[in-house]
Amino acid sequence: MLTDITLGQYYPGNSFLHRMDPRAKIICTMIFITAIFIAESFWSYLLVTAFLLMTISVSGVPIKLIVKAIKPLWFILVFTFIIHLFTTPGTTLFYAGIIHITREGIIRGTYMTLRLVYLIAFSSLLTYTTSPIVLTDGIEALLTPWKRFGVPAHELAMMMSIALRFIPTLLEETDRIMKAQASRGADFTTGNLMHRAKSMIPVLVPLFISAFRRADELATAMEARCYRGGEGRTKMHQLQYTGRDSIGFAAVVAVTALLIGMRIMS
Amino acid sequence: MDNKQVLIEVSHLTHIYETEGEAPFYALRDVSLQINKGDFVAVIGTNGSGKSTLARHLDAILLPSEGDVLVDGLSVKNPDDVWKIRQKVGMVFQNPDNQLVASIVEDDVAFGPENLGVPREEIIARVADSLKKVGMESYRKHSPSMLSGGQKQRIAIAGVLAMHPECIVLDEPTAMLDPSGRKEVMETIHRLNKEMGITIVLITHFMEEAVTANRVVVIHKGQITADGTPEDVFSKVEEMKAGGLDVPVPTELSYRLAQLGLPIRGDCMTNKELGEELCRFVLKK
Amino acid sequence: MSIRVEKVNYIYGKGTPYERKALDGVNLEIHKGEFVGIIGHTGSGKSTLVQHLNGLLHPSEGRVTVDGVDLAGKDKETIAKRHSVGMVFQYPEQQLFEETVKKDIAFGPTNMGLDEGNVERRVRQAMEFVRLDYNTYAERSPFRLSGGQQRRVAIAGVIAMHPDFLIMDEPSAGLDPVGRMEIFSRVKEWFEKKYFSVILVTHNMDDIARLATRLLVMHNGRVAMDGKPMDIFLNHRKELQACGVDVPPLTDTLLYLKNQGIPVPETARTVQEAAEKMADMLKGDTHAD
Repeated sequence: MLTDITLGQYYPGNSFLHRMDPRAKIICTMIFITAIFIAESFWSYLLVTAFLLMTISVSGVPIKLIVKAIKPLWFILVFTFIIHLFTTPGTTLFYAGIIHITREGIIRGTYMTLRLVYLIAFSSLLTYTTSPIVLTDGIEALLTPWKRFGVPAHELAMMMSIALRFIPTLLEETDRIMKAQASRGADFTTGNLMHRAKSMIPVLVPLFISAFRRADELATAMEARCYRGGEGRTKMHQLQYTGRDSIGFAAVVAVTALLIGMRIMS
Repeated sequence: MDNKQVLIEVSHLTHIYETEGEAPFYALRDVSLQINKGDFVAVIGTNGSGKSTLARHLDAILLPSEGDVLVDGLSVKNPDDVWKIRQKVGMVFQNPDNQLVASIVEDDVAFGPENLGVPREEIIARVADSLKKVGMESYRKHSPSMLSGGQKQRIAIAGVLAMHPECIVLDEPTAMLDPSGRKEVMETIHRLNKEMGITIVLITHFMEEAVTANRVVVIHKGQITADGTPEDVFSKVEEMKAGGLDVPVPTELSYRLAQLGLPIRGDCMTNKELGEELCRFVLKK
Repeated sequence: MSIRVEKVNYIYGKGTPYERKALDGVNLEIHKGEFVGIIGHTGSGKSTLVQHLNGLLHPSEGRVTVDGVDLAGKDKETIAKRHSVGMVFQYPEQQLFEETVKKDIAFGPTNMGLDEGNVERRVRQAMEFVRLDYNTYAERSPFRLSGGQQRRVAIAGVIAMHPDFLIMDEPSAGLDPVGRMEIFSRVKEWFEKKYFSVILVTHNMDDIARLATRLLVMHNGRVAMDGKPMDIFLNHRKELQACGVDVPPLTDTLLYLKNQGIPVPETARTVQEAAEKMADMLKGDTHAD
């Protein structure tokens, strides 16, 4: 059943990471993801791995869940590895016909794949430890200074939070419409791709119509509650930097500095 | 009784829906109506009678094609006053899913006051207070999608309460709810009316709900066809039925018994009234 | 002909924190010729149960058969049996998708593999059933119709499949008394002509009292009560209330009056009937004096 899908990947908790300010978490994640690309040597990868493991253990998110976040992207990971494996020149280890595998290729392939794994792991840690609503607040707060350059910070955040609010509703609705059409003999499971895509029309048309109706009713309801854009609005939630956030920043900056140092030294 | 203050004044209101290629449709035709402060008014009518259109005029969601609506002396036609009117008159809609904005209960209740620019500390106080008044304080951190229909409607009511309105207009708030959800909503709005003096305008097609109002207004084909106490309105059983509406069981039964020659009142609203009437009759014999 | 539900358990979200047993050891047989009302408060399992009856949900344990054919299969016979159990969901107008009324109603019969002529005949018949004039409405877009008409189109779409069993989940939700009567008078007519059996899920006890020949009360995923509607209303009200439901408003009034010592025709199904019988009884009383 569609409604069985658990939404968002927030893993409720009360860890150091959970309690950090979303703005701090977003910035830290961005800095660190960039920093990963500075890592080049064995030792620097070891450092990143250690930092990742430490962060995970602090967050209290089970490693299983991090692995689950990485799994769907296995194809890209394998692809990255193979591309580097075959295209990196260096000491030949093995060859057959046009296939040409080098020692450098294996190392480079492994590193590149690891970078991607770390990238996914860190960003999923962000979403595991930050509820979607808080994340939206954080994004809005970070975008607000850019308003004068025309970035619609409030509108983007409002759209995100409405989308979050309606995902469960629309999933439930999809499930219901699919069942209604199935009981009229619609078949969604057999036939080729083209046939299956066509069989979704009786689901998609009602779903769109309903989504538009909902949007219309919601807009009316919002106006009835005096919504007129971000201007003059106050907010119940206020984000607050704490000592925790400074510590988070300090850790990220320290590791990044180490990575830069290692790169220069090598 | 006579010096009641008028809160909403609808005068000669006509609303025309225009669809391209079709004849203009008169959803409301020259409707005039006064709603007093603190009253509990039920507006009933069949599907397509114009009752929802009327509700939407009380909150300046729709604007009159002709005529005017005044809320506390402010005209819905004056664009400068629209937001003041919407603060004074809150709306609760039929579909509980399509009026909750946030994915957490307390955030949703805060939405109205946030729009009004209420200071943060006060929003927090208002949210807590409003949730308490609808009996949902323990659901503060819940996601609306996990709540029952009746609970969602109570959250919607709390969201309106947090704007400190004088009047709440509810447009068929129970149409999509099960009997227990309907009961929850009805009890909540009666309590708000009694304890806080909030004016209630309830649009409904459930007669059992309309009977509990102080005043019932019947709309048929865009016009008011009856207006009075529930006794006045529902005792006209034949007229109500002809207009496609039901009347409460005790009313219909007392009416029919009186028609069949029993010497009892034909306008009993409740089982208790009917019981007393019949006891008197049976005992007399 | 019958639908049999044998020792059915159904568990939602198995293995997740939201795991919930929606059906708990349900045994049931619904025969052709019955008009079965199913009541129960929200979450009692009634929607889950009816979705098992045409194979939309499959039991976690146990089995559901229609005329002896297990609905869990995938062969032609199973599919045909599923089609013999029609389902009108709540707010069925929300499933309309075709450009014209005619095409939408034809969706079911076409999926059943019927030829064009046959489909056309069924569309006409189904439109006649819901009292939508073929010449006026067949080529119209369903989305330009009123809410009540849209619902009738949706119901016609199920009727056109010629079900032996017609399941309806709150078919009158949101309709006024006239709209409700229109739908039920036709259903009743065809039921009486033995075109189909009806399984009606509703909160409206009036409809149960007037239409159903058998009443199932669901509670906590089980069939808590099963019997003749009037028998349950009159003799088992306490148990009924314990399941979170109550007797029809008319029965409620009559039982109240009876309690006050007033002679009443407690089995009356309509106010008209009750009033006439009561007038006779009360006048009779006065004669006796």
